[in-house]
Amino acid sequence: MRRDLLRLVAATAMTLTTASVFAGDYAELELGRYLVQAGDCQSCHTDANGAPFAGARAIPTPFGIIYSRNITPDTATGIGGWSDEDFYRALHEGISRDGSHLYPAFPYPWYTRLSRVDVAAIKSYLDTVTPVRQIIPPNKLNWPLNWRSLVAVWNKLFFDEGEFHANADKSPEWNRGAYLVEGAGHCSACHSPKNILGAVKKHDAFEGGEGENWLAPDLTGRALDGVSEWSADDITAFLMTGVNSRTRATGPMAEVVELSTSHLNADDAKAIAAYLKDLPNGASTAAKETAGTATGNSHGRDLYADNCTACHMEKGTGQPGIFPPLKGSAVAQSPDPATAIHLVLSGSHAASTPSNPNRFGMPPFAGKFSDDDVAALLTYVRSAWGNRAGAVSDSQVDSVRKAVATNK
Amino acid sequence: MATRLKPVDAVLVGFGWTAAIIAQELTDAGLQVLALERGSFRDTDPDFSPAQIQDELRYAVRKATFQEPDRETLTFRNSGNETALPMRQLGSFLPGVGVGGAGVHWNGQNWRFLPTDFSMRSHCEQRYGKKFLSDDMTIQDWPLSYDDLEPYYDKWEYLCGISGKAGNLNGAIQEGGNPFEGPRKREFPLPPLKRSASTVKFDEAAKSIGLHPFPCPAGNASAPYTNPLGAKLGQCTYCGYCEWFGCGNYSKASPQTTILPVLLRKDNFSYKTNAYVTRVNLDSTGKKATGVTYIDAQGREFEQPAELVVLCAYSLHNVHLLLVSKIGTPYDPATNTGAVGKNYAYQMSANVDVFFDEIVNPFMGAGALGQVVDDFNGDNFDHGPHGFIGGAYISMWQTGGRPILQHYVPEGTPKWGGGFKKALKENYLRSASMQIHGGVMSYKQNHLDLDPTYRDIYGNPLMRMTFDFQKNDLDMEKYVTERAVEIAKAVKGNRGYNVRPRTGHYGIVDYQTTHNTGGAIIGDSPSNSAINRYCQSWDVSNVFVMGASAYPQNPGYNPTGTVGALTYWAADAIKSRYLKNPGALV
Repeated sequence: MRRDLLRLVAATAMTLTTASVFAGDYAELELGRYLVQAGDCQSCHTDANGAPFAGARAIPTPFGIIYSRNITPDTATGIGGWSDEDFYRALHEGISRDGSHLYPAFPYPWYTRLSRVDVAAIKSYLDTVTPVRQIIPPNKLNWPLNWRSLVAVWNKLFFDEGEFHANADKSPEWNRGAYLVEGAGHCSACHSPKNILGAVKKHDAFEGGEGENWLAPDLTGRALDGVSEWSADDITAFLMTGVNSRTRATGPMAEVVELSTSHLNADDAKAIAAYLKDLPNGASTAAKETAGTATGNSHGRDLYADNCTACHMEKGTGQPGIFPPLKGSAVAQSPDPATAIHLVLSGSHAASTPSNPNRFGMPPFAGKFSDDDVAALLTYVRSAWGNRAGAVSDSQVDSVRKAVATNK
Repeated sequence: MATRLKPVDAVLVGFGWTAAIIAQELTDAGLQVLALERGSFRDTDPDFSPAQIQDELRYAVRKATFQEPDRETLTFRNSGNETALPMRQLGSFLPGVGVGGAGVHWNGQNWRFLPTDFSMRSHCEQRYGKKFLSDDMTIQDWPLSYDDLEPYYDKWEYLCGISGKAGNLNGAIQEGGNPFEGPRKREFPLPPLKRSASTVKFDEAAKSIGLHPFPCPAGNASAPYTNPLGAKLGQCTYCGYCEWFGCGNYSKASPQTTILPVLLRKDNFSYKTNAYVTRVNLDSTGKKATGVTYIDAQGREFEQPAELVVLCAYSLHNVHLLLVSKIGTPYDPATNTGAVGKNYAYQMSANVDVFFDEIVNPFMGAGALGQVVDDFNGDNFDHGPHGFIGGAYISMWQTGGRPILQHYVPEGTPKWGGGFKKALKENYLRSASMQIHGGVMSYKQNHLDLDPTYRDIYGNPLMRMTFDFQKNDLDMEKYVTERAVEIAKAVKGNRGYNVRPRTGHYGIVDYQTTHNTGGAIIGDSPSNSAINRYCQSWDVSNVFVMGASAYPQNPGYNPTGTVGALTYWAADAIKSRYLKNPGALV
């Protein structure tokens, strides 16, 4: 018991490491800035070419479009008039200053885990950003979800309110990782399957999710399309630099790395890795291994040779730290090939981070390849060099092509 | 009426190689830096995407990445007694436009000048006597030496990830490199590119007649590379689309691949595109620049105040800007006085095409994939018996085998029809071309000034180029071309060769090189040059001028390597001396 208590104290101290490094107002602001980055607030709360934190970015959801709020300290249109308590309630309970429910596109189901000290620091920091008068367009949600009061029902069903409690059986590092992943980082918001009402399926958390025609890979112990073979160092490097020996961050994760995880300190990135490596194995939707379909697919092989080898190399090995390997790639071998199709059609940019500044680009091939071409190419990639994922069909490419075009 | 903008610490005219270097260095020193680029923004993705860049018609034939002469051009004449006319199509040289400048479309052939190239006049006078040089020749020594520049060559080569083999490490000659090069402190950052069949044949032939072949130092990465700034280059794929194309594989050194990833992350750097600088503004004394005036895409005029103005445009545009801004005294060829426009020079280029009995797969190429001999360059050989100075390198390039412009057929082949097709089919896979890439000296009669008649769309007089090849350089090119023929004859299994010599008057129609030099030359006195040894205007001390406009004459090498080194040299002087005590550095 005494030992457990000690570990709990240690875990709590670790949780607050960032706070204890600093002292006074500057310390609180720096902590706030750090947490705002760790929470990737800017990503949703800044429109393309818009002022930082002024909101109005359209967030596409399966239920329609939600526009992010203005969280600059403007009193009329931002959160300038909010008290610390108002702000804490928003993050902790998902309730706005006027008492109305916020939609859970705002990740309060995760932010509820944040400590009061940390929430106060976030508010202090946001109070210092340039106030911007920005009126937010009304959301475009389908009936009946345009009734905000329904969120109360959603909360009853799915919302588990309450600050983070350290697990005394685990190390301080694990607890710090858990606090960041389950709280500010809100990783499972993307990396989990959702139920029909958009809530994370609790039992399948971290087993991979889908959003905006991108797949967020499985973070549990699955081999082919997950990160189970990644070492803690692989994860740490990926979070801090956007690249490791196995892959490069692309799509929405490139933005997350740029705006959020690359700003984490090394201890926190390591703590996240430690926590993720300890996630229980999710077995429910294990990727199916398929026998190689590379042979006989000469169209796919030829397309690969002509269009892909320049960067990804003949044997799918990529170039270390520059172009990601496709051999053994989680994205290439995902049971649902949506991300791979999306990448081939639309291209993507890598994250630019201080230690890996190049924003390497995968070019878009939508104008060059037919559905048939993309299907043959990806069928080849998914089965060549020891890759073991199933064939891709024309219709799968067609549906991603249409979805991507609609969301533009 | 120009709109006056918020002042910046330093404004850069242009956003190519030299601007990227200066911006990176001055932002490191804490300055607020703004670059003004006349063209648009471009980056590897999407602009040079390998999904579409290998389009020879668009980029090489229709010249998609170059200055558009219907917007900006110059007038040209061969000699002072002719009337110059506007150049209405690009031909002989192809200045780049847009972010990255010509650094986007260069081949990557990266050279250091020879130590004696920096003391060309005194060295030649000493070795051959003063009378060896013709009276009209206005070549002069650089006010700095190879040794001064060596650390900056090194810095540039490591920025770019140059692939090569040292020929002279701290004075010790190295097997496989260029034995004539000046001593370098360390090896190239990357090993040479893989050899092509044609360059192997050249290598064997050159060695068999006692010459010293080596691989051209290449700005095409032979292996994945991370430069000292942290920017990364991917391995070259030998796709054969370097020159006149942007690289889609992050393999060719360019501002986009080597500096911009780092520079564009900085809060104290910004750039504006479609911003055409029409003038450097001076205060009432004419001795201090107050900033620049530029015109945006909508024709609006802006005044951008700045403490420091750095001209980083193409060499010809730097000179034009000095002339229209009335910085320095225009050169007068009649009296050989004044400095701005003086010593404009160019390059000499002839070819010998070689036809092999074996297949050499010309389409597997890279911009600087070539084997070279330097035995007849600079003063690497005794010019005494020949009556000329200067020289050329002889190279066997395998830059690519593009379908429209890059193929060779024997002399006498019909220009079209069945006979042409037959010859093309027989020779496409079995031919390659050697280049005789020579220097051009400076002369009184070759110079740049403002045209008295023609004006650009902004109302400024066009620049006028007065230039012709002179006897010294034609004699030199003839001599080295004969040496190239000797190599061609020594190639085992050769089925013949074509000589395409460079003779007669210079013309602006056929492409030769985009190696225009001089006009704002570097020197040891305001009486003989436009800029001092730190590339600082003698007349307006807060104006610096980068680029090949500084070259007092043009040695027998591609200019970019020395442009990079000289820019780093100047940046160092600005950072370590000028910023602490603004004013004349000499």
